[in-house]
Amino acid sequence: MSSQAQLLQIPPLASSLRLPVEIARQAPASPPARGGGLPIELRAVSKAFGQREVLKGLDLNVEAGEFVVVVGRSGGGKSTLLRLVAGLDRPSAGTIVIDNQAVAGLRRTTRMMFQDARLLPWQTVIGNVGIARGPQWRRHALDALEAVGLADRAEDWPRILSGGQRQRVALARALVGRPSVLLLDEPFGALDALTRLEMHQLLKGLWREHGFTAILITHDVAEAAALAERVLALREGSIALDLPIPHNRQRRAAGETELAALQARILAAV
Amino acid sequence: MSIAKTRAPSFRLPDGAVGWILPLALIVGWEIAADGGLIAARVLPAPSAVMRALWVTWRNGTLAPNIAVSAGRALQGLLIGGLIGFALGIVNGLWRPAEAALDSSLQMLRNIPHLAIIPLVILWFGIGEEAKIFLVSIGVLFPVYINTYHGVRTIDPGLVEMARVYGLGPFALFWRVILPGALPSIFVGLRYGLGIMWLTLIVAETISASSGIGYMTMNAREFLQTDVVLLGIVIYALLGKFSDLITKFCENAALSWHPSYAKPAERRP
Repeated sequence: MSSQAQLLQIPPLASSLRLPVEIARQAPASPPARGGGLPIELRAVSKAFGQREVLKGLDLNVEAGEFVVVVGRSGGGKSTLLRLVAGLDRPSAGTIVIDNQAVAGLRRTTRMMFQDARLLPWQTVIGNVGIARGPQWRRHALDALEAVGLADRAEDWPRILSGGQRQRVALARALVGRPSVLLLDEPFGALDALTRLEMHQLLKGLWREHGFTAILITHDVAEAAALAERVLALREGSIALDLPIPHNRQRRAAGETELAALQARILAAV
Repeated sequence: MSIAKTRAPSFRLPDGAVGWILPLALIVGWEIAADGGLIAARVLPAPSAVMRALWVTWRNGTLAPNIAVSAGRALQGLLIGGLIGFALGIVNGLWRPAEAALDSSLQMLRNIPHLAIIPLVILWFGIGEEAKIFLVSIGVLFPVYINTYHGVRTIDPGLVEMARVYGLGPFALFWRVILPGALPSIFVGLRYGLGIMWLTLIVAETISASSGIGYMTMNAREFLQTDVVLLGIVIYALLGKFSDLITKFCENAALSWHPSYAKPAERRP
């Protein structure tokens, strides 16, 4: 509930009105495809590896369709948190609830992007994107590749792609099943600055279009300010800061002083 | 590379021709030495004599059936030993309890030189077909097992985790992630196994057989037909090379995704 209290920096009324207003404003540009996201709730979630407690009783509510960025030092429990939400690991105590169901394993509608693209080298690009196969997988995979601008590379081997292209393929793979929750574990950490900016734009656009709930992990404060609607700073297994990012919520470009102030606040908390 | 290009040679050999220069020179030198009487025909007959032996044994109908018999034994042994080794490698690679139960025993058996059990095999099977096929199977089994097991165990766990996150069931995981990931290593085991296959067969056929190339050469020894003995050796070499070529072809077809097997033109970082 402590995170809720900090959220109150935004008046609750405006917060609840946010979604429809935005859809109305965005309507001429792109059809309102939002609403594909699911809410995520963490209730007193702890995780310990042996004696070492990595997460200490986290409480957190992520709204459906929200874009949350978790920042923190390495070893601060960010990746652990993400793996718990993904269902790859079980919490030592507490529960994680997605769409009113406790997470008890991998979920069909939760997708994850890793720091490395993790493409199967023995599958072509389209084979990787459509890895789950299923009916008409080629068409869906091609649509997803179209969305990340790599439809012309569908039949290539992954090894001849650049690092940025590989991550775009991984993003396409994550989008194929129309996920309602997308978890991103420092996906752009290994990319050069320019490619990273490109990926930010791409991810932001796709998030707006698809409306999934996104949790992205990074140690890059600038990345957090560029992408998040809400930044969480994780320090020693607890949430040290829960900061809404006004310009991303309101879909406007931030002024430089505003960005600098936000980044300073996040940095101070990490 | 750049130096070679600037000094353009006046003529160019076709691709792969360089590798043939040395063996051809050896054969020519050998022929001259044998014809000139430098080497006694009983010690080492001339290449032309070996070719003549090829012609004679082919015409009198001893060569083809013996090659067929040897190739058949090799193939059966390879199939049996290879499949057992492959299955054990997969099971032990994927399933810890099986590994715990079987691996140390297999490692122990592997260190017995399989040719050392020939007397035992003869006692068990006599000199029939089973003896040869059994020996070849044992010889092929271990390299295929070790490399399959190693291939499965060294698959990037990140890829397996990714596949699970993306909803692949155990069956799809095996066919789309584990088997293709282990395949380069499995091919290494197969090529090793092929070498051992021919080696084992030669020894087994030389010691106890009533047909096959090994029998043919031992028979020729009795009659001091050194040219036929040499022909047998050449045929073994050719069979070995041939089976290696087939594997190489399969490798190139199955591993075209692999950077080491890419055509130079499309090899990019």
